[in-house]
Amino acid sequence: MKAIDQSTILLKNEDDTRALGLRIAEALEPGDVVALIGDLGTGKTALTKYIASGLGITEEINSPTFTIVKEYRSGRLPLYHFDVYRLGSGEELLDIGAEEMLDGDGACVIEWADIVADVLPEDALAIHLEYGENEGERIAEFL
Amino acid sequence: MKDGRFLTLGIETSCDETAASVVADGRFVMSNVISSQIDIHTAYGGVVPEIASRKHLERINDVIGKALEDACVSAKDIDLIGVTCGPGLVGALLIGVAAAKAMAYACDIPLVGVNHMHGHIAANYLEHKELEPPFMALIVSGGHTEIVNVPDYNKCEKLGGTRDDAAGEAFDKVARVIGLGYPGGPKIDRAAKEGDPDSIAFKRVYLEQGSLDFSFSGLKTQALNYLNQERQAGREIDVNNVAASFQEAVVEVIADKAVMAAERYGQKQIVMAGGVASNSRLRALMEEKAGRKGIKVLKPSPVLCTDNGAMIASAAYYAYRSGVKPDLELDAVPGLEF
Repeated sequence: MKAIDQSTILLKNEDDTRALGLRIAEALEPGDVVALIGDLGTGKTALTKYIASGLGITEEINSPTFTIVKEYRSGRLPLYHFDVYRLGSGEELLDIGAEEMLDGDGACVIEWADIVADVLPEDALAIHLEYGENEGERIAEFL
Repeated sequence: MKDGRFLTLGIETSCDETAASVVADGRFVMSNVISSQIDIHTAYGGVVPEIASRKHLERINDVIGKALEDACVSAKDIDLIGVTCGPGLVGALLIGVAAAKAMAYACDIPLVGVNHMHGHIAANYLEHKELEPPFMALIVSGGHTEIVNVPDYNKCEKLGGTRDDAAGEAFDKVARVIGLGYPGGPKIDRAAKEGDPDSIAFKRVYLEQGSLDFSFSGLKTQALNYLNQERQAGREIDVNNVAASFQEAVVEVIADKAVMAAERYGQKQIVMAGGVASNSRLRALMEEKAGRKGIKVLKPSPVLCTDNGAMIASAAYYAYRSGVKPDLELDAVPGLEF
């Protein structure tokens, strides 16, 4: 993946989140992993939606918490969208067959990635999201 | 076949219940065995897929055996097996599908795969013996918030769904942050009874004019912001008021949209399904809003709202009768759509 040369970005509103998502999408190649880390409500699913839209995916992206992973194939690359909120460790991620998705034909976006950090590739793009000072603001930090 | 009745065995393992049931003629529950893992998952604040699969494997044979025993029938009396093939957790689904296939093959019984969501709708056929399509269905659960037009048995047309979190998921997440724990739905329902639904002005999210879709993610964020604000200001948080106000914001939008869908398609009845259909405030509000428009609301009893084998058996019966071909090769499809 082409590097994003900024370490911290202030996302003032949803438009900024969209711009970041589109930029990430543009850089994605098969086998890339985007690891999203951040509390409830910090915009992980929202950012994923814009990454998906940047990939040209036309299906509705909704929370995969229930099934852990959903895959979308209508874009430039297949997208595997994980939400590992309910998992206890990286091993459990591999137990559900994630290995072939992590190293596969598409890109992976993983919400709550800190839980499964031990099995993610070293070159994963890790982004930490947190609340900004003002309402609606978020801070995205590239780790 | 026993005493002239067509017997269907339904098997359900899509999430955290290992369940099996024998249903006669698609409508009459002869047995309904549910082995819940809720206690196990409570400690983790939600379903843990690996644990869920292992527990299903440990319990599936006993659960099926008990379902036959409770119904006073044996495997050779069974005319049809129905099993949930999706959507759900892949490891969990596979256990039910493998058990169903083995039994179908060994005893030479036709097997059909059932969409879990069709099963939730079919729960109403068990509860309301007179119910026949057409009707509008509202499915609300931990993984789904959907409005579905049902013109006929085995015909479902999804009109709207959630764009982010499911209603039950929003309940679980908010319950967790206000310290109520898992499962969030029943706990918020209970706390809300002691609270004031108008105490906090959470926004109702209706999306575009006329849309039948839902979005609960923003509401979850609103609730989190409110809690942070109050904590920072050093004010004590009234959990019951948060629960009541949050719940009201969720169920009001759901009820409005379900009624709007029924009106738009000229349906005179709405059937509710899924775990969140047990929510007492949603049930009351649906009656009130639909009643005003002369639309009848049907609700399954709480035991049929949760995941169970009987609803799968009923859906399998109607699928089979509508001409769905039995399939011994069927696979689990975790992302199965309507």
